[in-house]
Amino acid sequence: MPTVPVSTHVFARLAQATALAAGMPTARNAFVPQPVVGRTAAELKAYIEGVDPVAKRPFMQVVLEGLTRPLDEQDVKGATFERSTPRLLPADTEDNLRELFIENRWTDFLPIILPTEERVERMLEGTKQPPDKIVGRMRPTAFREAWEFDVEKVAVNAVMAGARAPYLPVVLAMAGSGITARSSSTTSWATLSVVNGPIRNELGMNSGIGALGPYNHANSTIGRAYGLVSQNVQGGSVPGETYMGTLGNNWAYTACFAEAEERSPWPPFHVDEGFKPTDSTVSVFFGGWYTHSGYGPRATWKEKFIRMLTATDHYSPPLIVMDPLVARAFVELGFTKRSLIEWCAENAQLPAHQYWDDPWITTLIRPQAVAGIEPYATRLKAAPDELINIFTPDDIRIVVTGGETQAAFKMLSGRYLGRGPGTDNKGKPTVVIDPWR
Amino acid sequence: MAEKITVHDPRGYPPKVVGKRLANRLQSLDGKVVYLVDALFDNADVFIEQLRQWFAEHLPAVVTRVIKPRESWVDDLGMREKIAADGNAAIIGVGL
Repeated sequence: MPTVPVSTHVFARLAQATALAAGMPTARNAFVPQPVVGRTAAELKAYIEGVDPVAKRPFMQVVLEGLTRPLDEQDVKGATFERSTPRLLPADTEDNLRELFIENRWTDFLPIILPTEERVERMLEGTKQPPDKIVGRMRPTAFREAWEFDVEKVAVNAVMAGARAPYLPVVLAMAGSGITARSSSTTSWATLSVVNGPIRNELGMNSGIGALGPYNHANSTIGRAYGLVSQNVQGGSVPGETYMGTLGNNWAYTACFAEAEERSPWPPFHVDEGFKPTDSTVSVFFGGWYTHSGYGPRATWKEKFIRMLTATDHYSPPLIVMDPLVARAFVELGFTKRSLIEWCAENAQLPAHQYWDDPWITTLIRPQAVAGIEPYATRLKAAPDELINIFTPDDIRIVVTGGETQAAFKMLSGRYLGRGPGTDNKGKPTVVIDPWR
Repeated sequence: MAEKITVHDPRGYPPKVVGKRLANRLQSLDGKVVYLVDALFDNADVFIEQLRQWFAEHLPAVVTRVIKPRESWVDDLGMREKIAADGNAAIIGVGL
């Protein structure tokens, strides 16, 4: 059926690239100016009556021609072609290769270790898996094409990040999650990865002073490797094409830490999620959008928690990272991890009109509410000033880490499970590392 | 002269691109049913309503119908089947 998609003009390159990957390079797109969000009906009417900023012709002329102009040879033929990426690049000097990696945007623009054959071979000693074993497929966001990658490609990027061979199974597990650390969403996401189980100590990962970084070789380079793997095996993270995050995200450089299982008063995170204490796992949280920090629990901790929870962008639920001092203090107040999470969900409330006045709640949650899916339907039925719960207990997670130099905690944007902006449905965010050893 | 070295390509393996033809275009929209698909992005409903009003005012011979997928970012097969069964063309918006 003749169809014309309409997008805002900042997506023109992305639309072109997506159409090409779909075999339809002449797909007939039309564009209106950015933004549409926040514009009145009169302003959007003016867009429709105005000029397509990409075609430089009247917008409706572009739309109507798109539906009625007869097909030409290229429209009928489409585009069919093989693409390949070589295993090895042509030999060159170290300086030239460094420039090549920068020009091609294969780095995060910090210095890299060039992935020579010898270095990659040594990295591959970190796993018994064959180099050509397919690890998975990855893409910048839903509806983009997914690229495939094998163990060797992960090793290559791990070398670039400065990782050591024993870290490779962790990076393989992260990559095998299928969750990209380089989402192309306009919201500038990152991933936060938590390592549990015996491998934390085997690799010397830090769950003490400075656990969130940058004070440990394994934490830093594993997190960085995951980012480089993501951007390179998925076909890029290039602004305007495969990356649209308007602000960018510091967490995207590296965000990987270990839980302080031995000093936490509660069961480890991966045990909460159904894994054995002896399993080594990595859990990928999707977020990094906001960071709130605090101390406590002090006398007014409830008010503090409520302020922080309701100040979140609630389409991205919080991962609460707390120092063992904080966790033990909550135990002294009579909380288990679960009861504290339930308290958070019960007390994080907003007037309904504030909850719904959010672009991603509108985009992602409202259709489910209209379809009668709970708890969203109840939230939609609420009067504008009625207080509604913005999280369920299943939305919120707690991880304990830190050096006990201060009773500090953070609430980090970190969706663990389920649908949300910026990525595919997160069905298996905790991956067992041991099969990748 | 600096020594030359060989390094690995860090990129994954892209799928083959398979060409697809565009659907045949209509000679005229007069009397045809054009579905206006609300992509569910924030404020897309307001844009789509303005588009509907534009057709009503400028091309009243075109029948427009507004439709929404059941969820955001889901390939709603039911919606697509309905459009294919009842419609002649579609405009989807707004991607942002």
